[in-house]
Amino acid sequence: MTDRGGAAGAHPRAAAPAAGAQMPGPMPCQDGPVSEAQALVQIAGATVRFGAFTALDGVDFRMFPGEVHSLMGENGAGKSTLIKALTGALALDEGTVVIGGSERRFGGPRDAQDAGVSTVYQEVDLLENLSVAENIFLGREPRRWGVIDHRTMRRDAAAVLSGLGLDVDPASPLGRYPLAVQQLVAIARAISTDVRVLVLDEPTSSLDLDEVAELFRVIRELKERGVAILFVSHFLDQVYEMSDRITVLRDGQLVGEYLTTELLRIDLVKKMLGRDVAEIAPREHVVEPEMPADPVLSARGLTRTPGIANADVDIAEGEVLGVAGLLGSGRTELARALTGVDRAHAGIIRIEGQPARLDSPRHAMNLGVVYSSENRRTEGLIGDLSIEDNIVLALQAQQGALHPISAPRRRELALSWIEALGIKPADPDRPVRTLSGGNQQKVMLARLLALSPRVIVLDEPTRGIDVGAKVEIQRLVGELADNGLSVVFISAELEEVLRVGDRVAILREGEVAETVAAASLNPDTLMALVAQPDLPEA
Amino acid sequence: MTAVVTETPEVSTMDRVRTFAARRASVLPTLAAIAILIVLLIGAQVEFGNFLTPRNLSALLLDHAYLLVLAVGMTFVIVTGGIDLSVGSVMAFTGILGAQMLASGIPVWIVVPVMLAGGAAIGTLIGVLVQYFNVQPFIASLAGLFLGRGLAYVVSLSSIRVENPPILWLQQTRFLIGEWYITPTGIIALVVVAAGAIVMAVTRFGRTVYAIGGSEQSARLMGLSVARTKVMVYVISGLCGGLAGLLLTAYSGAGYPRYGIGTELDVIACVVIGGTLLTGGRGYVLGSMVGVFVFATITTIISFMGAEQAWTHIIVGALLLLFIVVQRAIVARSDRQT
Ligand SMILES: Nc1ncnc2c1ncn2[C@@H]1O[C@H](COP(=O)(O)OP(=O)(O)OP(=O)(O)O)[C@@H](O)[C@H]1O
Ligand SMILES: [Mg+2]
Repeated sequence: MTDRGGAAGAHPRAAAPAAGAQMPGPMPCQDGPVSEAQALVQIAGATVRFGAFTALDGVDFRMFPGEVHSLMGENGAGKSTLIKALTGALALDEGTVVIGGSERRFGGPRDAQDAGVSTVYQEVDLLENLSVAENIFLGREPRRWGVIDHRTMRRDAAAVLSGLGLDVDPASPLGRYPLAVQQLVAIARAISTDVRVLVLDEPTSSLDLDEVAELFRVIRELKERGVAILFVSHFLDQVYEMSDRITVLRDGQLVGEYLTTELLRIDLVKKMLGRDVAEIAPREHVVEPEMPADPVLSARGLTRTPGIANADVDIAEGEVLGVAGLLGSGRTELARALTGVDRAHAGIIRIEGQPARLDSPRHAMNLGVVYSSENRRTEGLIGDLSIEDNIVLALQAQQGALHPISAPRRRELALSWIEALGIKPADPDRPVRTLSGGNQQKVMLARLLALSPRVIVLDEPTRGIDVGAKVEIQRLVGELADNGLSVVFISAELEEVLRVGDRVAILREGEVAETVAAASLNPDTLMALVAQPDLPEA
Repeated sequence: MTAVVTETPEVSTMDRVRTFAARRASVLPTLAAIAILIVLLIGAQVEFGNFLTPRNLSALLLDHAYLLVLAVGMTFVIVTGGIDLSVGSVMAFTGILGAQMLASGIPVWIVVPVMLAGGAAIGTLIGVLVQYFNVQPFIASLAGLFLGRGLAYVVSLSSIRVENPPILWLQQTRFLIGEWYITPTGIIALVVVAAGAIVMAVTRFGRTVYAIGGSEQSARLMGLSVARTKVMVYVISGLCGGLAGLLLTAYSGAGYPRYGIGTELDVIACVVIGGTLLTGGRGYVLGSMVGVFVFATITTIISFMGAEQAWTHIIVGALLLLFIVVQRAIVARSDRQT
């Protein structure tokens, strides 16, 4: 089923060795591919098995100094597994890793770090109980007289952070900061050492455009210095913007290695999925652009400082309300206030006309309002429980322990959601811990949908989800809305907001500046609305 | 993130307080413990009139030196997210072992290291069970508890007096400062506290302890030596158990296999009251010291009142509940600020 034969032909073996190729150490960035002899990282025949399941099957992979190499594949294709094998977090069952000409068997991430391989793992959550500075330097803190020199560490941390354009207090606990900042701190950690190989597993999945731009600037700098960068992202734009080369995996097998310039997007997607993705047409937008007359949920003057100020929101039955706004415009804060996660300081929420006090997520859930957080990695999934258990968890909790859901019913529910969301592997008994990141996200979504809510607030539901599944989720949102569910769809990707939303609420500085019919916008006009600084009156 | 650093020209006191609160939200429970300690001391003074005397306060430390040492070891363990139930019986075992060895004429310079090593050995066993055999800390240290107690009974079923001068010296010497006094046992306990606090705050090992408590998985992926550190905290706790055995033997002038039954729970209570989170990741050795003093003060107040010592446990239990609730509230608040 893989076209490995074809893959071999696709290996670019162009360009004779450049003069001075023997020179050890970083090479300046080159446009074209460089020769085999200079490969900094060379993985051959990498195989990783989890019990009977082969997650990685004889994969070859290589990286050159001064290149950005993207690793692409569906959720569960084996990208993170390859990365873990490369960096010593997992032992290879078969195969070899050669870095800088010598074979390595890293005993753990520590050894890899010492060899100049720095990694930001997909699921790494840093330590919220420690300071930002410590999170950056943990394990290699500056020391004086044998003890950690906290002062120097904070100063160095401040320098690294400002290199990333990040303004945070190095002495504060990391837990104070939002996910995006934590992600950047993880990156700061990775680049604050002498790095020869930088591995970034979905580093941008919780970043905003500005932050991504900042990260890319840093990546380019490192590239100039000859660092080899392994980049994983489900955002094709980013992959095409950054990478020199792309390696595609599918079902644990190598599909091929390509030069980015020679691989059309459509071909890339086809190679990743092994089939064509049906482009979905933008949804038939159903609701009139005006405020709906009898909204399912309506909020007036919703305020919670800091975050949102005086926000008004209306959602009609069967409507998808897209929410667009810049970082810090209060997108997540709005979602949390609408769903009882945070209590609003002022304002009123009505559900079907009845004033409702949403004091807790559970309270909101009982009123049919559920929230899918942007931070699915850490919130709510229980790794050791099966997919099925995780899916029915909230439903069971809602019905109460006295009304257990029968085993056949549980199975039926689980299977139907596994199918609807394309969760892989489609085995309800698999512990969630063993799923790839993207599939875990889908399980979380299934859990909420199993509650058959009236209103669902989706905060970045497609982040970290592969192109195929992304389209599926967008389609699913449309279908759910057609069946009467009201959806609040928050996304930093404006194109997606427009595609899915009937109306778009534009957030600026915590306020719903305006609500516009999606049909009347295109990504550019939406961007202009979102970014609009308050225009001085002409 | 092109956020511009807004240089506030003058930093108001309010801002300072706010920065401090943001940076150091985790000391709030410890500050609360200090407040409670002060309230207790003042309350007792008002009630009895003769409570805050140098003699009385000096005795607080003297009487609870062993508890202080155990609390230091326990803090390491709890901050990693573990628990060590063995410390009371480890203390009894090393105490009776030491007493027995001294009674059979073995020189003190051999006995003391053997006592410490005995504690460390049981700690190592627990650590290895936890780390390499994936046994729950609760279960592994419960095994340590039975092992220690059993070994203590094997050494002797009855109390053994200690008449060794160097050991008794530890307890009987009083260094006077005015009306205050301190014994070598008290000094040892304070040194252990200081060492523990320093190790936790400014060594890689100490910071790894916090990292493991924050998230073991992340700590591992960050390349920290998780396995070694996790074993080490139990070794430290066992070592503290051995040292506490020495202090208690000196204090009581005897080894006794039934010493320290239930002490592990007192220790855990002190550590939690001192602001360490049972779920790991947050806590301070100095906080545990405050916790021990809260415990000690309550005990002393009860004996001043001439009431049943059972009240100590009732009050400590109530305080414990209060503290766990307070901590949860604080943690919930600081987590929400994201
Ligand atoms: N510990 C484990 N036990 C069993 N199976 C596992 C384990 N870890 C990963 N897998 C399986 O290996 C496969 C590859 O997972 P991997 O995390 O490498 O995917 P991925 O390409 O990184 O996907 P994503 O884009 O969702 O992050 C998945 O099918 C996953 O279920
Ligand atoms: Mg992955």
